[in-house]
Amino acid sequence: MNAHQSLVVGQPIAPPEAMSRAATEPDAMVRFEGISKIYPAYRGKPGVNALQNIDFAIPRGSITGVIGRSGAGKSSLVRLINGLEKPTTGRVIVDNSDISALAGRELRLAQRSIGMIFQHFNLLSSRTAADNIALPLEIAGWTRADIKARVAELLALVGIADKHDRYPSELSGGQKQRVGIARALATRPSVLLSDEATSALDPQTTRAILDLLANINRELGVTIVLITHEMSVVRQLAKDVVVLDAGRVVESGHVADIFTHPKHPITQSFLAEVIGDSLPVSLASRIVAEPPAGGQAVIRVQVRGAGAGDTVVARLARELGLDVALLSARIDEIGGQHVGSLVLGIPGREDAQGRVLAWLSQYQFSAEHLGYVA
Amino acid sequence: MSPELINLIIQATGESLYMVGIAALLGTAFGLPLGVFLATSRKGELFAAPFVNRVLGAIVNATRSTPFIILVVAIIPFTRLVAGTSIGSTAAIVPLTIASAPFIARLVEAAIREVDGGLIETASSFGASPMQIVLKVLIPEALPGLLLALTLAVVSLLGYSAMVGAVGGGGLGDLGIRYGYQRFMPEMMLAVVVVLIALVQLVQSAGDYLARRVNRRLRHR
Repeated sequence: MNAHQSLVVGQPIAPPEAMSRAATEPDAMVRFEGISKIYPAYRGKPGVNALQNIDFAIPRGSITGVIGRSGAGKSSLVRLINGLEKPTTGRVIVDNSDISALAGRELRLAQRSIGMIFQHFNLLSSRTAADNIALPLEIAGWTRADIKARVAELLALVGIADKHDRYPSELSGGQKQRVGIARALATRPSVLLSDEATSALDPQTTRAILDLLANINRELGVTIVLITHEMSVVRQLAKDVVVLDAGRVVESGHVADIFTHPKHPITQSFLAEVIGDSLPVSLASRIVAEPPAGGQAVIRVQVRGAGAGDTVVARLARELGLDVALLSARIDEIGGQHVGSLVLGIPGREDAQGRVLAWLSQYQFSAEHLGYVA
Repeated sequence: MSPELINLIIQATGESLYMVGIAALLGTAFGLPLGVFLATSRKGELFAAPFVNRVLGAIVNATRSTPFIILVVAIIPFTRLVAGTSIGSTAAIVPLTIASAPFIARLVEAAIREVDGGLIETASSFGASPMQIVLKVLIPEALPGLLLALTLAVVSLLGYSAMVGAVGGGGLGDLGIRYGYQRFMPEMMLAVVVVLIALVQLVQSAGDYLARRVNRRLRHR
């Protein structure tokens, strides 16, 4: 409590209840408090500790990625948010109410303000696109006229107004997911949960669907939680990221910070998927441990941060007077930050590579000596 | 064949359709909810009640494993209680219903279990009650399978209805036994068989057609 109150010190005096709300819920749409989820042993299958010691908040209006390998606990985590699963310990606060404490009718009412989209779309094959979108509204007890108007609005929002009377079997994967998104948004939820929503789509369609989600976040202010095992999804869409491994949060924060300075091996492996950590085959096969006559020392320089890699080769060459060769390079952008690596060939004298490494460390570049090529 | 005999065939066909029609309606009225419950009441399911599920499952199995002709005779007191008599087409509806309800329940259970479990989760995720899930998701999604199940049940009932002829139930089976077999009239036997075959064909074709009409999963156009 004290730690929280210190946040509002020095701010204009607010009414007491407003202050305490600000103090306990600083702008969080979803908050996990001391969550664990244990599936008990059943019929000879051992119990599973799906989630342990989960404590983090998802900011209101954000797009937050939850990334992890399969079995990391992502699906359990997302199902705690909409009350499809109950935590073994702890609380899940969604929009200032404890959804983990709700049951029956109260839970069903709360679930109407949480939309969800799925990897396999989960559309009813017996209903047209329009009738699929109408389903949550029918369940919420809307009138026929209101449903009709709302469905037309939603079909236009997701860009498939012409597919009104089509059955799912007549739609492409991307169109099906658009119906799924329209259905999830039908009851005007404040949170949209995406459970691997693009994993069954081709890269081009994935991009279009992610663009649509970004628009929805911008225009409707809906908080989006992206569950994914694909780094490309987090990179394209998310501003914040939570890295999950073996049921624990191993890193969380802004996408740019987490992926420019990944600490946990699992985060590093996700980053490697984007920027690649292996050398080109032809280069790797030529590297030797002992310096051949007239050869080059091979040094890999990590590039992290805005504009970090732009001038390093030119400055190295100019300030040290060396003909630095660029053997391989891969730089990508994550959250507006450059992330990647350069593999440099340093020619000539014995001390050259020592001077290069010293120069690099002086400017805070992380570098490693890989060997030599002829 | 004389007009009297043709009249007999028409009358017996009417009796058979009456027995089968009413028994199919009653059997569905009991079998459909029972089947939905059996499909949704195991551990962790929508209406989880594992003990009740097992008890009902055992009763269904017991009824299904009793040979129909034995069932007809065994429940004569019950038939008399419900229908007021144990002879005639109306009385025959009682054993026909009791035999068809568990059969329909098992077919309904299988059709409902075919529905993708992801759809139940989806409907739950936007706050549907268990009853809404049954009425708006499970039954509409299983409809093609349910129609085929009902078709199969009606075809079986036609066969059963011929059997109740043996205990005075009337209908085509009765006609075939009394005239075709006991009075040595092979042309009567043949006529009865032909009418039964035609009825089964008709019911099956109608059922197939309806099931295809409502199936939106794969539309070949």
